[in-house]
Amino acid sequence: MSASFPSDSVGLVTPQTATFESPLALACGKTLERFELVFETYGTLNAERSNAVLICHALSGHHHAAGYHDAEDRKPGWWDAYIGPGKAIDTDRFFVVSLNNLGGCHGSTGPASVNPATGQQWGPTFPVMTVADWVHSQARLADRLGIDRFAAVVGGSLGGMQAMQWSMAYPERVANVATIAATPRLSAQNIAFNEVARQAIRSDPDFFDGWYAEREAIPKLGLKLARMIGHITYLSEHSMGSRFGRDLRSDQLNFGYDVEFQVESYLRHQGDTFSTRFDANTYLLMTKALDYFDPAGEHGGDLAAALSPVACPYLVISFTTDWRFAPARSRELVTALLRAGKRVSYINVDSPHGHDAFLLPNAQYEAVFSSFMQRIDDDLKRGESNNGGNH
Amino acid sequence: MRADLALIYRWIAPNAHVLDLGCGDGTLLAALARDKQVTGYGLEIDPAGIASCLRRGVSVLEQNLDDGLGNFDDDACDLVIMTQALQALRRPDTMLDEMLRVAPECIIAFPNFAYWKHRLHLSLRGRMPVSRSLPHAWYDTPNIHLSTFKDFAALCRQKGVTIVDEAVGSANHEGHWSSRHWPNLFGETAIFRVRRGS
Repeated sequence: MSASFPSDSVGLVTPQTATFESPLALACGKTLERFELVFETYGTLNAERSNAVLICHALSGHHHAAGYHDAEDRKPGWWDAYIGPGKAIDTDRFFVVSLNNLGGCHGSTGPASVNPATGQQWGPTFPVMTVADWVHSQARLADRLGIDRFAAVVGGSLGGMQAMQWSMAYPERVANVATIAATPRLSAQNIAFNEVARQAIRSDPDFFDGWYAEREAIPKLGLKLARMIGHITYLSEHSMGSRFGRDLRSDQLNFGYDVEFQVESYLRHQGDTFSTRFDANTYLLMTKALDYFDPAGEHGGDLAAALSPVACPYLVISFTTDWRFAPARSRELVTALLRAGKRVSYINVDSPHGHDAFLLPNAQYEAVFSSFMQRIDDDLKRGESNNGGNH
Repeated sequence: MRADLALIYRWIAPNAHVLDLGCGDGTLLAALARDKQVTGYGLEIDPAGIASCLRRGVSVLEQNLDDGLGNFDDDACDLVIMTQALQALRRPDTMLDEMLRVAPECIIAFPNFAYWKHRLHLSLRGRMPVSRSLPHAWYDTPNIHLSTFKDFAALCRQKGVTIVDEAVGSANHEGHWSSRHWPNLFGETAIFRVRRGS
């Protein structure tokens, strides 16, 4: 069946689960006594264990970043455009690790898991996670896989925040960082959008203060609205306009409130699909992690001071039409890295696709990202030849 | 390496922290990092140049020089380099101020409009010069502020900027650099090393 997958795909992949029995102290003051992380790997870890690349996922992402779970899958993993043989993150060169974060709803310990203290589902009592908590848990996974130092930690959007956090929390364990369509902190407008999404979920009659599973209910309406709001911020005005314009579903106005414009139909469809595959408590928790991330805040607002532990080169990529995490947010990060005297490269990629551009094929983005990753591979090869004493 | 870059390469001290404005494919910074342990950043707007820099391990920022250097602190670097970009800037004079704010010293290379072939072209044909160093037509050239070797020296005097070194050479790759004999007439490319006023 593998013949049916594209040649630049990692092909069929199987998720694995790692169980951690020692407690993980969290930023909120609580402790997870034990936890599980679901992850996938692509490519081969080299003998020096130096070619590992960690992929950090965004708000609604998960461990399945590339390849297919089943020969019948219609769609590959969420970042398949950039992970695979010969792609920007070349699985012929790198060993790629992609996990589902704690609090997620794709297999890692989260609100739908059983709280060992009560024997009941965590539900809304699952601790609110922070980006720092996630990075600590990811470091445990790296330990388990025998990875002392990642060749690169890479992430888009919320994933980019995790990559930043890695470079501050574990500078000795990361050789390169790439943050894509990310921001060093949310703006008031970003938090406002998240709050509307949370209110949509929390005011759904089927939410039951987060105990919907016990009632065998799903707050579908709230999740749908949350996704519709979020989705608007992922696209640019231009991409929505060129895709839907003012096109109508039928050829006339109905003077009613059913779906009339194509864009309404599209958003409702996106919301409906999302509401059946994503967990409401996870969505709330992920948006909180976004809101809370503010490394500068812990240093009197001085981002350069927060970044002072960084010991590796950064690649920062933004997209011209991204208004969720606008290019100016990436430039804030770049300027702080400059002020802190760190190595940093930056490009603002021309794309009409808004925030979503980080997931989509784009020749310029691909060329820059590939060049960065190839240099990392060059460094690894040079390191290997030096260690071998052949040159 | 391009002749002007080869000369600049020789002028730069080991372990310097430099900023290269319009760094192109990163050839100069990569060679300086490899041979002289020079650190720093390149600024570039061409995506192919940026990709090439990344491949070479050169830290490169997409940044339009006309937007200034506001993201760099005073004295952020030891040296600022700018080759073949001065003539394309909206305000070359304010850029010179910016460069000398960010570093105490800078090196600037640009096409010398007073080169004898340009003079001949203009005086005999009565048309704007088109040459090896100025290959564009007047209507589509990015070079909006052409100047001469003497013009730049005059700007430095006017601003109280100290000229440490000056040289002219041909724009092609067999560089013979000199400033002794009629530089304003025989130099195709001008290079200045300047410092903040004493």
